[in-house]
Amino acid sequence: MLAPNTSVSIRDLTLQFGAVQVLQTLNLDIRDGEFLVLLGSSGCGKSTLLNCIAGLLEPTDGQIFIKGRNVTWLEPSERGIGMVFQSYALYPQMTVRGNLSFGLRNARVPKAEIESRVARAAKVLQIEPLLDRKPAALSGGQRQRVAIGRALVRDVDVFLFDEPLSNLDAKLRADLRVELKRLHHSLDNTMIYVTHDQVEAMTLADRIAIMRNGRIMQLGTPDEIYNRPQNRYVADFIGSPSMNFVEGHLERGTFHGADLQLALDGYRFGAPQVADRPAIIGIRPEHVATGPLVDSAPIRGEVTAELVEPMGSDTLVWAQLAGKPFRIRMDGQARVSPGDRLPIGIDPAKASLFDAKTEERL
Amino acid sequence: MAEPATLGTVAAVDAIKERTGGVGYLEGPRGGRPRRVLTAHNVVLYGTLLVIAAYFLLPLWVMLVTSFKTMDEIRQGNIFAPPTEFTIFPWIKAWAQACTGINCDGLSRGFWNSVYILVPSVVVSIAVASVSGYTLANWRFKGSEAIFTILILGAFIPYQVMIYPIAILLGKVGLFGSLWGLVVVHTIFGMPLNVLLFRNYFSSVPEELFKAARVDGAGFWGIFFRIMLPMSLPIFVVSMIIQITGIWNDFLFGVIYTSNERYPMTVQLNNIVNSVQGTKEYNVNMAATLLTGLVPLAVYFASGKLFVRGIAAGAVKG
Repeated sequence: MLAPNTSVSIRDLTLQFGAVQVLQTLNLDIRDGEFLVLLGSSGCGKSTLLNCIAGLLEPTDGQIFIKGRNVTWLEPSERGIGMVFQSYALYPQMTVRGNLSFGLRNARVPKAEIESRVARAAKVLQIEPLLDRKPAALSGGQRQRVAIGRALVRDVDVFLFDEPLSNLDAKLRADLRVELKRLHHSLDNTMIYVTHDQVEAMTLADRIAIMRNGRIMQLGTPDEIYNRPQNRYVADFIGSPSMNFVEGHLERGTFHGADLQLALDGYRFGAPQVADRPAIIGIRPEHVATGPLVDSAPIRGEVTAELVEPMGSDTLVWAQLAGKPFRIRMDGQARVSPGDRLPIGIDPAKASLFDAKTEERL
Repeated sequence: MAEPATLGTVAAVDAIKERTGGVGYLEGPRGGRPRRVLTAHNVVLYGTLLVIAAYFLLPLWVMLVTSFKTMDEIRQGNIFAPPTEFTIFPWIKAWAQACTGINCDGLSRGFWNSVYILVPSVVVSIAVASVSGYTLANWRFKGSEAIFTILILGAFIPYQVMIYPIAILLGKVGLFGSLWGLVVVHTIFGMPLNVLLFRNYFSSVPEELFKAARVDGAGFWGIFFRIMLPMSLPIFVVSMIIQITGIWNDFLFGVIYTSNERYPMTVQLNNIVNSVQGTKEYNVNMAATLLTGLVPLAVYFASGKLFVRGIAAGAVKG
């Protein structure tokens, strides 16, 4: 049964293109007013899922509910959704006003009503001076705002964003990201946002769904995804530079890998009893303590810096641990040269342990 | 620009300055390389172009000057010379008085017949082709690719083999010999090329635009008329030029599928030029031929630029 505060609900959604399974019996409940980000590398099915929710693609099997209504067989315009595309998809021959009102005119909304709704949306998005311009005369950021406005005027329950910021340059992207977040706070609509950019996902999302091969690998808050990744794929995907992995095996609460031994005191196991088995431990580069912090770390050691990448705000040091490349993220002011011996500290509570075979979190 | 004094601080320039006595430039080439006009390459290139241009333009020149000569002058046999005695009479005769069979009202009858054939044929064929192309590009359905392939295949079948079956078909539905029968024939034979053009053009329109319109609640016709049509003027011009010239210049279908009094201009031109009775009036024939060719020429000159733009746009994406 559907929970009363569910906005979008996806039940056993399956999509096949010939022999290719694009979506595999996918289930997902999105709460009212939630900002959900579908995150994944290209080809993971995230845009396909969004298109299914929009009604632009017909699923092979399964159901889609929006606000408790089964919309599986409804036209896109009947679903109470608005969509913002990566290429903005503004109608080039219409003015901004024409673009904003197109959907309303199709729905035969009275003229006065159209005008007041367009005016309101233009005010919210601060595009009032642009109303009589053609899209060609707008900048990328302005176009994106008009595209959002097109969904805004239609008073929809759910906003769908398909990589809306990917075509913008880095600085503008950061600005619009903040604006989107502000917009979500003031509108309180449900928003589903597809992206391959983990920074966008982490900053915008109430919850993130990480997708791979048409499946959801993990659904959780940015904090859960970052700190307690459910499997090795998610752990590897989130975080930049990505997590360090050391292969070995788990033996009575201690991780053994090559010349490395880590007593996992303070590590929160998923089950009260975890049997000994081959395992992989993951440690984020930014969770490796250096400098004065080393002394307070439960586990201490020393590595040799092999390569140093200064990035201004922080410095990335490449070393080796248990015969594998090991990245350490240090403060930008740290002065390290290749060949330096570097004392490091590790806190098992911040590490992630995975079964070597299933790659699921232990 | 930098002053010589500040330039002097640069060691390399200093050395050059010493050797050149303060000028700052070495001897030898400076700036853009001069181009020579009369090179062997240019002579061959432009010579060939000129010869080819003359080759194509000479017949037109002969036709033009002949059409303005009197018959007496033509009989002197100097076909390249401009008329000594300029006369407009052959043009008038060709348009209004030349005889074909029992009618002696010149090409004007054929001109109007052609117009009556042309307008509905062009309108109907472009309307059908554009909607078909739009459907094949944006509303893919089961078997749409197969239909498209069959349509394209149609472009490779010589239409002469279909003349007789079509004549029988038109007879069966009672359109044989009528204007609308010919309109149907022109629409059908215009389909392969024009559907291909429209389909490729509409395929090049970003898919997200189409999706956005669907989310905005526009249907099949709404998207066609309000989103696609306003942005496809170039391809409509291309299709119009192809159809206008093709239908106007058509002889075979006109002579087969229409009856005597509805013959298009091309058929009538043939009847004037090839009439066996009396003397051959070369000046009238030339004028009649030029008159017949004026319409496609005018269309091309009026919209040549859009034509090139549309062809280029339609060529992208298969």
